[in-house]
This record gives sequence, C-alpha cells and structure tokens, in this order.
Amino acid sequence: MNPLERYQPLVDDVEAFRAACDRPLPSVVRTNTLAASPARVRDAFEAAGVAYETVDWHDGLFRLPDGNPGGNWPHAHGWTHGQEEVSVLPGLALDAQPGDRVWDACAAPGSKTTQIANAMDDTGTLVANDNNLGRLSALRHNAERLGVTNVIVTNQDARNFSTKPLAFDEFDRALVDAPCSCEGTCRKNPDVLDQWTLDHVHGVAGIQKGILARAVQATRPGGTVVYSTCTFAPEENEAVLDHVLREEDCELVPFDLPLKTAPGVTAWDGETYDDSVTRAHRVYPHHNDTGGFFCAKLRVGGPGRDDAASDDAEVGA
Amino acid sequence: MRDASEPDDDDAPTNDVPTTDAPTNDGQRFDRLPETAEDREVAGRASREEVLDWWADRFGIGRDVLGEYTFWEKGAGKVWVFNGEADDPSRVEAIGMTFLRTRQEHWKPTTRAVQRFGEHATRNVVELDSEAAARFVAGEDQELPEWDGDWGYLIASHRIAGGTAPIGVGLYLYDELRSVVPKGSRADLPAVE
Repeated sequence: MNPLERYQPLVDDVEAFRAACDRPLPSVVRTNTLAASPARVRDAFEAAGVAYETVDWHDGLFRLPDGNPGGNWPHAHGWTHGQEEVSVLPGLALDAQPGDRVWDACAAPGSKTTQIANAMDDTGTLVANDNNLGRLSALRHNAERLGVTNVIVTNQDARNFSTKPLAFDEFDRALVDAPCSCEGTCRKNPDVLDQWTLDHVHGVAGIQKGILARAVQATRPGGTVVYSTCTFAPEENEAVLDHVLREEDCELVPFDLPLKTAPGVTAWDGETYDDSVTRAHRVYPHHNDTGGFFCAKLRVGGPGRDDAASDDAEVGA
Repeated sequence: MRDASEPDDDDAPTNDVPTTDAPTNDGQRFDRLPETAEDREVAGRASREEVLDWWADRFGIGRDVLGEYTFWEKGAGKVWVFNGEADDPSRVEAIGMTFLRTRQEHWKPTTRAVQRFGEHATRNVVELDSEAAARFVAGEDQELPEWDGDWGYLIASHRIAGGTAPIGVGLYLYDELRSVVPKGSRADLPAVE
C-alpha cells in the first residue's frame, strides 16, 4: 500500500495532493546571513548567469531551476546552503533571538541549526545535538562551512539529554525536529514510501514523545519549544503533542506561518486528541507546491518571561 | 574523499605522549587557551594573547573583531574559535569552529576562518582576477610573480557582487601561489568577470 492513501481522508483535494506528491521538488538554497545579504547572493547569481527564482514568503530563499546548488560562487563562499523550503518553517516558528540559549535536539545534518544561528546573529549559545555520530560529521561540516561560531555540538540520546557539559542547565528555546517516517519528503526521495511501515510509525512515535518531553523539561518556564516533523502521520504529530500536553507542564500556542496550512487534527484511527492541537500547522504539498510538513509551538508552563504567547504577529521571514 | 568532520585537518598527530608529570595536551578534549604565556601550564599550548597577536600581525585583524571570542585547543595544536558560553566543554564533539593550526613553525589559519573573518584583513590579502580565482578554488597552484608582499600563508580573495570576498588560504613561496583549499571544498567554477 502507498502510505499516502491513508492520509487522503485528511486532505481537502485528494487528486491535487497525490499529483503534487508525484512531482519532483526544485533545488532551493537559503542565504547564510552571517556571510551575505540576499541581495548580494542575487547579484552574484546574475553576474554568473545562474538561473534563480525568488520565494514570495521568504526573501532569503532562492529556487534554482537548473539544480546544482553547490556549483556556484555563492556556495563556495558559504553564502548559501541547500535547504528545502518547508524546512525553514520550524526555525521561523522558534524565532530565536541574539543572546538566547537554544537547544536543537535532533540537529544533524544542520540545515535548521545554521538557520537558527543566523537568527541569533551567531551570538548566545546554540547546542546542536544528535545521537548519530555519522550524521554529526555532516552537521559539523555544514556549521563550519557557514562560519557558525556560537554552536556546541553534542552526541547524546536526546530523550535523556544531560546539560552537564554546558555552562547552564536550562534553555530559552528548544527545537525538536524529530526523526520520523518522512512521507513529506517523498518529492525528494520517493523511496521513503516503499520503505514505510506502520510498525516504524509506532516505534518512532515513542521516541518522539521521549524527546519532546525532555525538551519541555530542559526549557525554562515561559520558554518556547517547537516540534516539527516531515510526516503526515497523526500518530507522529498530534498524538505526540497530546501525550506531552498530558505528561508535562506546557501548552500549545497559536502562531502563524507565512504560507497556506491546515490545522492539526483532533481525531484519527479511533483516537481523539486535545482540542488545542488544532493550533499546530499541517503543510500539504499541493497547497504551496512544497514538501509535506508539520509544525507546532509550545509554551513551557510556570511563571517566567513569556516568549511564545506574545508572538501573535505573523512569523516574519 | 577526506573526512568532512575534520576540515583543514591536513597534518599533525592528535595525541601527545606524556613524558613528565607536568600537564600535557590531551588530544581528545577541548581545553581553553591560557590568557597569556605566563599562565601556560600545558607545554606548547598557544596563549590567547599570542593568537590575537598573530591575527593582528599577520592580517591586521584586531581585537575589535576577535576580542570577544574564546579559543580552545583540541588535538595537537588545532585551535577553535567560539562565541558562546562554556565552562568545561571538554567532552563535547565541537565548540565553535576550527580556526588556526598552532604547534608548528608557521601557524596556519583554516579556510573557514579566513572565509568568516577575512573580510576584516588589511594585509597579506592577495586579490585574484577572475581566471586566477577560478583556478584557486579548484585547488590549482599558479605562478604569481607580481606579488611583492610576504611569503607564507595569505588570504586569497576576489571581486564578487559589488565587493571583495575571501576564498581561502594560499601558501606563497618562490613566485608561486599554492591553493590549500581542502579537497572537499574545491570546486570547478566559472571565471566570472
């Protein structure tokens, strides 16, 4: 069975959904603002005759219709980084600020880490963790290539992450861009659909719950935790949020993303979830011609400087 | 292909062999550089002042640029630059980025450090024309007899998009500019006028 079939009851236009999932995605690069402005990247592309298209909801993104995102001077200078469009959404939702203490719990290969470092203007402390040492070497390579100096790289199981190697014991913000069944990346890598199994969905959901719970525990009262995946499976999205809402002191907060999304779902496969999961965003490929994605924003409970709830305005690019 | 996790790690062993009771360099952990030579406990370890002086002397990149960063050694002479908070990160995988190779006669900046901070350099920068820049980033050595500055490690830059930008580290010897861009970072790029 093609796993996309099981999500058809969730989408507004099944035909458009399936058609979009069958189309390949264009190469996209994100400007590394530590090194260059979007305008300078554009000038360099134009001088070299590199074809590009802008993205209307984010001025730092460029689609490269001819592909080869690494074959140009802006890349050689570390001015750009290949990153799928929807992959910038959790970084926008996290809204990290200069001077923050931020945890990227599942950081490799570092696209979102380096985007967060941009938002922090390479100040504060960004702890990029991954349990996979091989993938960490890709993260380190990318962080160095983009000139990130505020990052500490750790190799721990995020579910019982220890802050012992750090100079502090709680974060202002945390991103859990969780390992998942990845159907949303099928436009880049159709193999994910062949390899998909329901057993894996249930297994990885347990890991996701453990990581998100630890992120809430490791973030200060009033701080922000963002949860994201590239799967459509409610077991890995709303069910994970529902679990953590019950187990940890936190709440889902409303936030806007700069493209068309659908709300989180409150019922699936005989289960029902907390009503507030509708505050999460589902991104379907046919709505914005992107990959598929899921993104939620939580405020950690208790008295404390409030980051998330004051953030009603649209998340700027 | 080179291991992408070890950028610019093109020489030097990673462990010192302890021979006395004095503190020695442990190549597997990050240790903060001592402030000055007088504070030095581990033999051969560069001090923070020496590192800052080196960038100022060699490239004119001063404390106004680098003074807020901390510097750490891991491996034999590999110095990292970091801009965050850290007490004892001795067992983490990375802290900031690789910056400078010390414990050798001629200290060598990393390609990434030159790309990150090289725009502030005021000397020992060789600006290449478009064709020479393309050869340099491809890893080619080239004759450059017109250079009349210092020998040794230089910053190679070129004009791009309304300004200059550092490409990487060159080693200038006997009228020749050698590209020491790491293999994994080399690219075949067009000469752009």
